[in-house]
Parts: sequence; structure tokens; C-alpha cells
Amino acid sequence: MNHDAYTDAYLRSVLGEARSVAIVGLSANWNRPSYFVAKYLQAKGYRVLPVNPREAGGEILGAPVAGSLGDLGETPDLVDVFRNSAAAGPIADDAIAAGAKAVWMQIGVRNDAAADRAEAAGLRVVMNRCPKIEYSRLFGELSWGGFWSGVITAKRRRARLN
Amino acid sequence: MSGGDPVYGFETLAIHAGAQPEPVTGARQTPIFQNASYVFHDADHAASLFNLMEPGFVYSRLANPTVAVLEERLAALEGGVGGTAVATGHAAQVLALFPLMAPGCEIVAANKLYGGSLNQMGNSFKKFGWTARFVDPEDPENFRRALSGDTRALFVESIANPGGVIVDLEAIAAIAHEAGVPFVVDNTMATPWLCRPIDFGADIVVNSTTKFLSGNGTSLGGAVVDTGAFPWLEHAGKFPSLARPAPEYHGLTFAETFGTLAYTTYAHAVSLRDLGASQQPMNAWLTLLGLETLPLRMERHCANALAVAEWLEGHPAVEWVSYAGLPSSPYRGLQQRYMPRGAGSVFTFGLKGGYEAGMRLVETVELFSHLANVGDARSLILHPASTTHRQLTDEQRAAAGAGDDVIRLSIGLETAGDLIADLDRALRASSIRGTVRAAAE
Repeated sequence: MNHDAYTDAYLRSVLGEARSVAIVGLSANWNRPSYFVAKYLQAKGYRVLPVNPREAGGEILGAPVAGSLGDLGETPDLVDVFRNSAAAGPIADDAIAAGAKAVWMQIGVRNDAAADRAEAAGLRVVMNRCPKIEYSRLFGELSWGGFWSGVITAKRRRARLN
Repeated sequence: MSGGDPVYGFETLAIHAGAQPEPVTGARQTPIFQNASYVFHDADHAASLFNLMEPGFVYSRLANPTVAVLEERLAALEGGVGGTAVATGHAAQVLALFPLMAPGCEIVAANKLYGGSLNQMGNSFKKFGWTARFVDPEDPENFRRALSGDTRALFVESIANPGGVIVDLEAIAAIAHEAGVPFVVDNTMATPWLCRPIDFGADIVVNSTTKFLSGNGTSLGGAVVDTGAFPWLEHAGKFPSLARPAPEYHGLTFAETFGTLAYTTYAHAVSLRDLGASQQPMNAWLTLLGLETLPLRMERHCANALAVAEWLEGHPAVEWVSYAGLPSSPYRGLQQRYMPRGAGSVFTFGLKGGYEAGMRLVETVELFSHLANVGDARSLILHPASTTHRQLTDEQRAAAGAGDDVIRLSIGLETAGDLIADLDRALRASSIRGTVRAAAE
């Protein structure tokens, strides 16, 4: 996978195949970027699984917070990493161990060694991107803010995900 | 990369960018959402929209679906991340600077600008506590000399109106970036089809969409396009609006939460919210219609302008012609570097008969419209010293290339020979009348 330029089809498929998203580093503060992303994904129908050792045992967006991916008690489809690039390494290993289908690192987060390990284990990897931006870009909502989506099509979009 | 997404050409983007078939009805042309407000799903959705937690429409002062198509298309054409469409080109200049400025802040701007911009920046900006320092842009180092700790942007026109001056964009961009401030370029006269300032280091591009972009003189409008690349957080002390917590958004920091989308998000969520200079959906729709043919029109505008400029250069009543597309132009080199497809269609020439001859010419032409606008399908003629640049001092007029003898043409899409014939007739008539009048005096 070329991690400098993902195709829209690849991103669409990573987002489209996930139903649950573990967000590692999700803040309990409603005005933080991670909370914005979690709330958006939840509104789009994803089951958001908060992971944050500082908030373990509590609740964010109505969901119980796990201290680590291993403590989730279920297998997330997608693991979204809201931690720095170094911390993304062990989190990717946890995602592999947990049986996740994909690892997603937020804008500014990139760990190529971790991506190699995850891909070798059969996971798909997205780095240095935001799932909220990519979802809204591919499905038309980012355009509402005047942003260039890069999407050109003369097809009539159906009013559902797939 | 192999197997990547298609990279579409300018002509394709001019028609398709931002405008997918409307999903509910299948309508192929962009609908005109002549609409003020938008229903919330529920109270939580409303709160999320007001908190900028998700994209969505609240009220058309902030964003409108038809206007958003125009914003996205212009962002695509200029090579930016996002766009903000506003009521007029003048509003675009205020909106472009609003996220950057505070009382006491300065910009360094070219002294070769549209007269209305010199007035806006030199006089009205003072009421905001903003100072514009004007410099001759023909030596890029003049911008560096005018920098101060309060400078927040450098500002030029890609082709200056009316003088046809083309500046060294890359050199000025480098000075801006060394100083840690964005480079703002007004691209109205070139349009992105001739020149994409972002490719040469601009951070923010403003356009008056009233001109070539809409193309038929129907609709006022302006737009601001942002690259998303300027590192606001690295210069947080200079740009607190973007790089420090915003109290009305509960301490959210735009550059942190929105990253590359911060400037354009701020332009909607704060600048349009509070300044209210929103573009009307009908105007956006007419401008979108114009954009579909922008490449074709600009080709013809440039070809016609070159034909008229070449003919004028050989006319005995004409003292000089300033068109960067002519080999005689001192700006020919910069034109070929920054806008090789053409030099636009607005240029000036000087009459041997001076101010009087200029006044007579604009009154004698038949096909050229004597009015204050540029970038219309119709050819336009103006005597700047007595109109658009009238409110300036003599020194400002001369510096802006709008001296007493100067005639400005905006060459349209008519048959080039008809335009030349009209000017020929008018130059003969005005020169004969001038001779008679001179003899009588």
C-alpha cells in the first residue's frame, strides 16, 4: 500500500466495511477533536468503542470506556489512533492481537514499521488521515463547507452508504 | 501512482467540480437553493452544528448548498483546499484578511491595484485599525523593506488592473514566507485558467467572480480560496484567531480542530457569520454557469485582446500600449513564466491627445460599452482617471497606471475585426474633432 496517496476506493472500502470503531485516546471533553470524530462516526451508524486508560470505567458518548484494546471484551472492526506516532506502534500491535480488520492513524500520526506489521498480519492501514474528513469528503458532506472533495462523478448518489 | 484516482483536467473541473447530480431528484444542473434556513434532525443535531462538530447547513448567511458548489468548484480550479464565496470582490478582500488581522495589524500591498482596492485598503481599512503599506511591486524587495512586526499578509494582483503589470509571484511569496505571513493574490484579471497563484506560492487567492468567472456581467460576487498549507500554529502569536482558543466556540482552536480546513471553516463560522457579506444563491448559480465555459471564453478573450493590442500599437494616434501579451511589453517575461496561455483581456493604452482625447474616444465608440466593469462578454472601454481611479491622488493614479492619457479596454468575445473597426472609426473621429477644436481655440 502506498501510504502517501490512498485511492478513494481504498478509503471507501475501509470505511464501508467497518461497523465498529475503537477510538484509542478518545477524550471525554466534548470540545476536543477526538470527541468530534467519535460523535460524527456514531451519528453515521458506527458503534464507537472508547479506549482511554485515564477514563477507564467511565462512559463517553453513552459507551463504556476500556483501558486498552485488550480490555474491550469484543473485536473492533477498525482501530482509530488518536495518539502520537510512537504510541501508534504498540496500539497497532494490540489491534493485531485483538483481531481488528484495519488500523487508522489520525492526521499527523504515521508509523511505517507498525503499518508493515499490521499489513503483514492482514490488516488494512490508513495513516495521517482523519476518518471524519474522509467519510464526509467521500459522501458529500465536506463539500457543504466549501471544500474540494476531489470527487468527480456524473452518477446519481444513492441516499445511503453502499 | 499507478492505479490511483483519475487526475482531471481544468476543463473537466470547470464543469463538474462540486456538482454531482442532486441525490434526491437526480437533477443534473445544480439546483438553486433559494432558501434561508435548514431543518435540524433534533436538538442534539442543532447543537452539533452550532458547535461546528459536523458539516451541515444552518442558515444561508453561513453556507448555502448552491453557493457551496461554487466554493468547491473555485477551490478545485485554483488548486486550494476550500473556498468561501461572498457578496462581491471587495467583500472577498475583507474576508480574506479578516482571519489574519486585528487592530494595529498591517498588510504590505502593491501600489498597482484596482483603484477601488487602493481606496478600500488605504482609507476604509483604517477604520478597523488595519494599516496598508503600499509599495511598488515591480521590485519584490520593496515588500521586504516594508515589513514590520505587525505585518500579517502581503497582497498583490496577479495582473494589475488597469496597468497590466505582472509581478514576480514566486519572489514575493518567498519574502512572505520568510516573514512568516501568508501571501494573498487577487487573481481576478488572470482567472485560474491563465494563472494559478497557488502553484507559485500564494497561500490565499481572492477573486471578483463578477468579472471573467461569471463572464456576462450579470452577477456580483467574490471568493476566497485557501491552500490549507499555511502553518498557523507555528505563528500562533501572530494569528490568534486561528491558532488560539475561540471563546464563542467554547475554547476550540480552529487550527487544531480543523487542521488544513481551519481558515475556510473560520471564514464561514466567524467571518460570514459576523460580517454577513454572503453570496446570493442565484448569483452563485449564474457564476457556475459561466465557469462551465471559462476556458473557451478566456482563449477568445486573450486572442481578441492580442489582435486589438497589436493593431493599436501601430496606430498613429496611439502613444503607447501596455499589454503583457505584446513582445514590446516589459512584463512579457513574467507573463510567459506565470501565465503562458495568455495575458488576459484587460489592458491600457495612451493617446497622444491626452485627457481630452481620452474623453472624446470613450464618447465616440459605438460597439464598446463605456462603463465601469471588466471581464464581460462585451467589450468595454473606460477612462480610469475620470472614473474608477478618480478618488485617488494624482500620485496614486500615476503609480497605479491610470494617468490622464490612459484608456482601459476590456476586450470581449465579439469578432475581433469589428472591435478594431470601431476603435479605428472612433480614433479618426475624435482626432478630427480634436483637430477642429484645437484650430477653433
